[in-house]
Amino acid sequence: MVKSFSVLVLLLGIGAMFAALLLGYVPDSELNQTARYYADKTASETGAANIVAAIVVTYRGLDTLGEVTVLFLSAAIVGLVLASGHQQGKMRHAQPPSGELLVIGVRLLVPLILLLGVYVFINGHLTPGGGFQGGAILASAMLLLLLGDPLRTFSHKLIAIVESISGLVFVGMGILGIFYAGGFLDNRVLPLGTLGEVFSAGAIPIIYSFVGLKVGAEFSSMLANLSGTEEL
Amino acid sequence: MSNLFIPMTVLLCASMIVAGLMSIWSKRSLPIVMLSSGLVSLLASVQYLLLAAPDVAMTEAAIGSGLTTFLFFFVLSRVRGGANG
Amino acid sequence: MAYIAMATGFILILIGLFGALTNRNILRMIVAFTVADTGVNMVIVAIGYMHGRTAPILDVAVSAAEAAARIIDPVPQALVLTAIVIGVGVTALMLAYTYKLYEKKRTLDIAQFTELKW
Repeated sequence: MVKSFSVLVLLLGIGAMFAALLLGYVPDSELNQTARYYADKTASETGAANIVAAIVVTYRGLDTLGEVTVLFLSAAIVGLVLASGHQQGKMRHAQPPSGELLVIGVRLLVPLILLLGVYVFINGHLTPGGGFQGGAILASAMLLLLLGDPLRTFSHKLIAIVESISGLVFVGMGILGIFYAGGFLDNRVLPLGTLGEVFSAGAIPIIYSFVGLKVGAEFSSMLANLSGTEEL
Repeated sequence: MSNLFIPMTVLLCASMIVAGLMSIWSKRSLPIVMLSSGLVSLLASVQYLLLAAPDVAMTEAAIGSGLTTFLFFFVLSRVRGGANG
Repeated sequence: MAYIAMATGFILILIGLFGALTNRNILRMIVAFTVADTGVNMVIVAIGYMHGRTAPILDVAVSAAEAAARIIDPVPQALVLTAIVIGVGVTALMLAYTYKLYEKKRTLDIAQFTELKW
């Protein structure tokens, strides 16, 4: 009784704060200074058509590096927490085979989904999408493989190799930026090209592609670790 | 086109709140709760599209409503005995 | 439109907090957390919205010269992009710990975990 009452009081307090925020909100009619800078300079400085991608990869590239690191850490902790103790695969009894529809569907759809993921992150600097979305789509192909055959095991070594190489290339491109361009993660190490073409925007497509591979590998390792657990 | 945005937003937001309420309703079974939280994410991604944020909409649809819901069901299938405790 | 979306975001945060505080099952608490997460993201995206403007992508319709007058604020979108990805990482972490806790105690009732209670 006391507990639900205090919860109610707490929520009422937070709700009052939110209401004050909402009533006091006045939408901007002009872009603020930072946004105006990005809107004016993105095309000439980075050559990317998608301004969000330019901010994520170049202007705030250090944040993305930190984000990928946090994601790596959480994937590693999931692996650490779930892997300790058990002999994997010992207790796993044979399950009834998946339906034919699912098996054929997996065979048909997995290459197409992988292709879509690669398309999404290669075109990240031109159209909506990018490394994170493409990586999630790659991981969902892994998910479909797992649904088709729940006992399938993925090669942890392959996932680890893909992830390490992508991380290395990401940091390596950033360090090249220090020597050949304006600073860490500057995308002008490669020619900017014309706005709107696939091979443009300097290093953004390369960095975003490897971010996509890294994110896909991290999500896949989470899924593989979870699928390696046994039913309790 | 633009005058359709307001009714669509109202409809989306109302269904999001209903799905959100359903996802914390402790009398519903866990699969329904998880599905409604996935539904909140899916409707939110449509709302992001209306708010002119296609990047965020893609991320929310792929990650928020796809992968998260699957992770929930995966863990639910592993801890089936505790689902009603 | 931004007002409606923002109000919905705030309501979703409250719904999620209420669910996380009142439910006793750990899995239900995590589900409520993801609902609150979605609410926070929605509020941030709604703040960046400006009436009558379009998405921050340059193409034939929006040339680089007139971008500042035509596009909405791209910074909140970049922030939310980060927040969603980190959110699923945190959720996966919580679910892994849920599995571990269930393995230890064979229950998901939060009231049974009393080791750190005082």
